Amino acid sequence: MIVGCSVPTENSLDAELSALARTARRRLLRMHFERRIGHLGGNLSALDVMLTLHHRVMGPKDDFILSKGHSAGALYITLWTLGLLGDDELATFHADGTLLAGHPVPGWSERIPVATGSLGHGLPVALGMALARHLSGQPGHVYCLTSDGEWQEGSTWEALIFFAHRKLSNITVFVDLNGLQGFGSTRDVASMDDLGTRLQGFGLPVVHVDGHDHPAIAAAARANPGSLIVLHTVKGKGVSFMENRMEWHYLPLTSEQYAAALRELDDAANTDEGRRGPHVVTA
Amino acid sequence: MRNAYCTAMVALAAREPYFFLTGDLGFMALEPLEKALGERFINAGVAEQNMVSVAAGMARTGGKAWVYSIAPFCYARPFEQIRNDVCINRLPVRLVGNGGGYAYGPMGATHHALEDYGVLLTLPGMRAYIPAFDADVEPMVRSLNARSEPAYLRLGRSELDDESALPSYAPWRRLQHGEAGLIVAVGPIAGGLWRATHDRPAAERPALWVLSELGGKPSAPPPQALLDALATAPALGLVEEHVAVGGFGQQFLHTLALLGRPVPPLLHAHALGYPSGRYGSQTWHRHECGLDVPTILAQLSERAAAARLCV
Repeated sequence: MIVGCSVPTENSLDAELSALARTARRRLLRMHFERRIGHLGGNLSALDVMLTLHHRVMGPKDDFILSKGHSAGALYITLWTLGLLGDDELATFHADGTLLAGHPVPGWSERIPVATGSLGHGLPVALGMALARHLSGQPGHVYCLTSDGEWQEGSTWEALIFFAHRKLSNITVFVDLNGLQGFGSTRDVASMDDLGTRLQGFGLPVVHVDGHDHPAIAAAARANPGSLIVLHTVKGKGVSFMENRMEWHYLPLTSEQYAAALRELDDAANTDEGRRGPHVVTA
Repeated sequence: MRNAYCTAMVALAAREPYFFLTGDLGFMALEPLEKALGERFINAGVAEQNMVSVAAGMARTGGKAWVYSIAPFCYARPFEQIRNDVCINRLPVRLVGNGGGYAYGPMGATHHALEDYGVLLTLPGMRAYIPAFDADVEPMVRSLNARSEPAYLRLGRSELDDESALPSYAPWRRLQHGEAGLIVAVGPIAGGLWRATHDRPAAERPALWVLSELGGKPSAPPPQALLDALATAPALGLVEEHVAVGGFGQQFLHTLALLGRPVPPLLHAHALGYPSGRYGSQTWHRHECGLDVPTILAQLSERAAAARLCV
């Protein structure tokens, strides 16, 4: 949790979100380590956009659909940073009787409108929510996060055609372009390089953003309703031995790896604190 | 039934707003509905997976969403979307498949729906509505519209020109009394059975029941009158234009077993797929499967006669 931000300038808000992201990364690793669960790589590539949207962009009537449901951990941690989940609930991640399954399940949080996990479903569901709101005159924007490997699913292209044809302006779709999937790089498995150009070919505006730059993500999300935002991300972002390593799509952490990852995040935090000054304190 | 369905949906549109999605089907049939709904009539194109997921999203916002296509394109192509986006989320999307069973006849196997409700009824919350007559469609549309859970409507073609003598709609209906066995039928073939037998003497015609709703809640158990009739029936015929696995017949026999009810000598007339590997009209396919009315009645009589000999 973040405390001590005395001057809510844009810069201090950015610093606050950076600090929050460091705290969230540590908590994400801890949750997965304690439950001996993998899927960390894609969680770490997607965490920054989820935090940015939920803390800086989304309003009370907006919805977020995690189409890449295997990054459920990052979503749970985001809800934790919002105070919507407690440590006791995070401790149930992947456990018997949990609501925090490896992929989001429905019915327990308004922040998780639908179950996701099988790829290629979240985008069309999000489009349906946006279209219904548009036709009914209801307020609220829909944000949807897809993975890059997910664009190998035919249903995403069906949805893209529908999106482009309907020209909906109350939805924004993100692509977590980390370049790696379950058993190889997207380039080696089924290349769609460059994905942004291919998406643009359907007649939708496409914006490219550093997927770990919180102010840039927020600015792009605010400025580009009705578009696709390609997030250039690093799988395993923040932990050097995980970064851009395909095996961290699945692997759980050993005790030694967990300790090393925390040291690395702490070192990065100390470096950042020294650079930015003491106006942000993590609890 | 497609016209009856369109008429019922136009009437519904006059009462309350809803969304209607079609997979580019409905030419020469759904134009009145398109006119009635305006921009809420959505041709989602030839993209059924997207169409079902979009409908789920619409339902998630609180809107009422109907999805329409030729039956196999409505349940088979987008099955995972129905499972994940509609049923796991328990969203009240109404799926409407035109052409149940072999109704699309010579159009070929890809256009037939022989396992539709069996497959769909494995999913949480799902209820299947199978009208036997045109007159069933309007009350079914009301019932589907009132549901808060997923539903599937299997449209076919009524086999009666004059439905005025039929009892009003109910999930379970007795169309006629009779002493030559007892038939429970699902779908329009009930009309063909009724037409062939209703003017026979009671001793020569089977009792005939039609079941029109399967699965989901609230459950619709067999009525006591049917169970009572089963106790004395010389033979039981279960008739459906659907494969045996997962069909009404298996479900009904399971129900009887759980109730501890004995089963009379049994005929289960059902779709067999394509035994000869050749294709034709709905009538032709039914005949090949023993699903035509003369074969059903003859086989039921054989079972009843055999039972009498055993006694």
